[in-house]
Amino acid sequence: MSMFFTIAAFLLIVIVIFQIAKASEYVSVLKGEEQSFKQSNKVNGALMIVFLILGLIGVYWCNKLLYPRTTLVEGSASIEGEQVDHLFWITLILTGIVFFATQILLFWFAFRYQYKENKKAYYFPHNNTMEIIWTSVPTIVLLILIVYGLRSWFLFTGDAPKNAMQVEVTGHQFQWNFRYPGADGVFGKKYFRDIDPANSNTLGLIWKDNGALKQKADPACFDDIITGTLYLVKNKPVELLINSQDVIHDVGLPQFRLKMDAVPGTPTRLWFTPKYTTEEMKKITGNPNYTYELACDQLCGNGHYSMRAVIEVVTQQEYDVIMAKQKPAYFAAFPDKDPANQQPAATDSTAAPAAATAAVRTTRDTAALALR
Amino acid sequence: MNNEAVIQTGAAALHVAGDHGEAHHHKQSFITKYIFSQDHKTIGKQFLITGIIWACIGGFMSVLFRLQLGFPDTSFPWLSTVIGHWAKNGHITPEAFYSLTTIHGTVMIFFVLTGGLSGTFANFLIPLQIGARDMASPLMNMLSYWFFFTASVIMLSSFFVQTGPFAGGWTAYPPLSALGDASPGSKTGMDLWLASLILFVVSQLLAGLNYISTVLNMRTKGMSMMRMPLSTWGVFLQAILGVLSFPVLFSGFILLIFDRHFGTSFFLSDIYINGVGALPHEGGNAILYQHLFWFLGHPEVYIVILPAMGIASEVMSTNGRKPIFGYSAMVMSMFAIVVLAFLVWAHHMFVTGMNPFLGSIFVLLTLLIAVPSAIKVFNWLTTLWKGNLRFTPGMLFAIGFVSVFISGGLTGIYMGNSAIDIHIHDTYFIIAHFHLVMGVAAFFGMFCGVYHWFPKMYGRHMNNTLGYIHFWITLVGAYLIFWPMHYEGLAGMPRRYYDYSTWESFKQFGELNKFISICVIITFAAQFLFLFNFFHSIFKGRKMTVKNPWKSNALEWTTPIKVGHGNWPGEIPEVHRWPYDYSKDGHDFIPQTVPVGEEDNPAYTSAAFTGIKVEEEQKRGVKA
Repeated sequence: MSMFFTIAAFLLIVIVIFQIAKASEYVSVLKGEEQSFKQSNKVNGALMIVFLILGLIGVYWCNKLLYPRTTLVEGSASIEGEQVDHLFWITLILTGIVFFATQILLFWFAFRYQYKENKKAYYFPHNNTMEIIWTSVPTIVLLILIVYGLRSWFLFTGDAPKNAMQVEVTGHQFQWNFRYPGADGVFGKKYFRDIDPANSNTLGLIWKDNGALKQKADPACFDDIITGTLYLVKNKPVELLINSQDVIHDVGLPQFRLKMDAVPGTPTRLWFTPKYTTEEMKKITGNPNYTYELACDQLCGNGHYSMRAVIEVVTQQEYDVIMAKQKPAYFAAFPDKDPANQQPAATDSTAAPAAATAAVRTTRDTAALALR
Repeated sequence: MNNEAVIQTGAAALHVAGDHGEAHHHKQSFITKYIFSQDHKTIGKQFLITGIIWACIGGFMSVLFRLQLGFPDTSFPWLSTVIGHWAKNGHITPEAFYSLTTIHGTVMIFFVLTGGLSGTFANFLIPLQIGARDMASPLMNMLSYWFFFTASVIMLSSFFVQTGPFAGGWTAYPPLSALGDASPGSKTGMDLWLASLILFVVSQLLAGLNYISTVLNMRTKGMSMMRMPLSTWGVFLQAILGVLSFPVLFSGFILLIFDRHFGTSFFLSDIYINGVGALPHEGGNAILYQHLFWFLGHPEVYIVILPAMGIASEVMSTNGRKPIFGYSAMVMSMFAIVVLAFLVWAHHMFVTGMNPFLGSIFVLLTLLIAVPSAIKVFNWLTTLWKGNLRFTPGMLFAIGFVSVFISGGLTGIYMGNSAIDIHIHDTYFIIAHFHLVMGVAAFFGMFCGVYHWFPKMYGRHMNNTLGYIHFWITLVGAYLIFWPMHYEGLAGMPRRYYDYSTWESFKQFGELNKFISICVIITFAAQFLFLFNFFHSIFKGRKMTVKNPWKSNALEWTTPIKVGHGNWPGEIPEVHRWPYDYSKDGHDFIPQTVPVGEEDNPAYTSAAFTGIKVEEEQKRGVKA
């Protein structure tokens, strides 16, 4: 029914507009074309200035309403990302000046110099001085922005600090996996032909000898831990080693101001230093549900919009507790090799002083994994 | 007949048109006149109407996917009636959503803004404005339209295949676009998409070569390059861009077809598809395709915007009664854009893991391309300054063009600086940026051109009042739609998401998305004012009474009201000056055909050039 009314209202508006248009044509016949042209010219000239004023008010209101919903309010959640915000503000000020100046001039000129009967336009075909000024000034301003921008660019794309922890991120339709090197600190080798989700080998780690592929098992991957949540440590630089198994994905980290494609066959990397833990961020934003999210930013298929992972930034102590609770993925595929199965209920005490929150988190994480 | 004579008299076209370059003497069947026509004006109109049809389809697609984005929780049962199994329970399915966004992008950029905008105005304006009887090769020109038409039909047919049209984004990045197992849209739909676009590239090459050779070889006596109107410069330079960059896209498409069907691995390596297993491909590089694609993809945005810039400049000068400020700077800046356009493509790929040094070069060149754009904006502003502005619908759209071009252009400085780009890449910020700077702006250029040259096309006027209402609703609508998207982008909200409601970081924009969708629907509905105005005026519009209604200097307005094939009855007029002598030495306008010094002759009246004594002149023309 509402559909019907919408269509009826729409048709009514259309008919009214057409009648106005038709009437205006009759009026122009009656009054003479010249006269009706002058009249409509005045209306359009006035609308120019109305549009300018309403537009500027609109820009103000839009900013007031929407700025608090951006991530600029709480600032970057990574130390490196502060440079993005800094550069953003500089660019905003410079382009803002140009924006307001040119838009105001444009609509003001349109209003001010509208047609008047006995007026002659000013014949002004060119002026070299003016053109040199507005070629050179933008060039200089842009060069400043380039120098500023490239300093940050080389920082982001440069080598990660020596003390950075490494996490391998793998995207596949439509989820993320994170691999930690485990106790030995070394990522074991993997190969895409070894991927075998049916046998718990989601990443293709080389767990056993394979004559057909001429592979020898790599012991370094026996203790590698795979999670569905990305755990990071506050104030500790992290380097993400990024892969994709099928199509191009993208590791989007809006709160940290960073992003990097995950390309099958071509590993990429990215590093940053988280500034606040998730708990701290909840307090800063006053949002008890605040979550760092990893969003896929490259169209990867029909489930693209659901390719989400949660990032937990924690303190070093909490991190150690969480990692101690994680079982290497190897044991899921080879339960008989799991020491827990050989001597039941022996090593549980290692995690004794665990903070209650961390325990909860781990359970949640396991639950999330189970859901998948 | 020697070469000189061919150029001066357009003998090639004469041959086509009949003995004296007057179509009305030559018998033409309906088919040769309206369908397989070799007249550049008819071909221009064919491009225009095909473009308009595609714009309606592309625009309607955006309404459909905006319904999903704005109202993810509302069920629209009528959707299932309209689009069948693409909608389930009153919701568009994700498959349909991605098909809609993909095809929306493809047809808007290629079919509407390349075919519909530059195809229309290059065809229609070049011979009329440089003083030629027709294009260098009318046959090639006709073929270019029919290749475009075939491409359109194939694209349209992909809507009806069982697995749906292509759904991997208009950029069609492999592996997603190469593997049918990765997305249903990448099956038959993608084959049709590729076939369609390959034919489209052929169409663009045929057309572009024709435009270039016509402009270079067939200008009338006295029409030096620096006396051409800026609208001709715009379409001429976009043709150069297209001819040099479309073949690279073509090669990318061919390699993609090989990867899809012939087992090659140009773009594929190390792929494991869930449910299928590891693929045999090894050693390819998915990023290679992106280089090939963006080598066209970036010039493409200038292919779209250069004609719009030229049209806006011409219309603004004519209706401002003032010469365009800095004509040679305008030409030089367009030329600079053409050169730089080839050197900035990788700024679309800052987050692909490219070599940082290479990235820095592209930052430098990308930000430098902002300089010629800035020059143009300042020149347009100075053109308006101290003018005597007549707000015809065309003029309004020219002013609107400058406004949205500024708004969208300035955000390019954010995107072009790689450090900021990392954050806002593939978010709504880029959606806002390119829709304003090359979507809305190019559409405004197109509307501007249609309103301005409609009398020349059909011998009738469009309704001005409808034009005014159309302009104001569209301008306000465009800003209401795209301005708030910058904020969504600054929150990192990714583009191409079907649903944001499960995301803690992006769900705060639910209300805003609803608002934007409502604005989309209203703005889309307002385009019917234009459609009605356009088609109604073709048959019922106010008849042209004078042959130069805008009191323009340009050559096209020296042709009779009903222009036959061959354009000018009798001799092609000789050109003596540039096209922007408005308000010079006390004269309102001095057409290009007036010899220098002649305007000071007491006998000179500009009224004579509006063609008030049209009938007499036409009679004379027929006799000659």
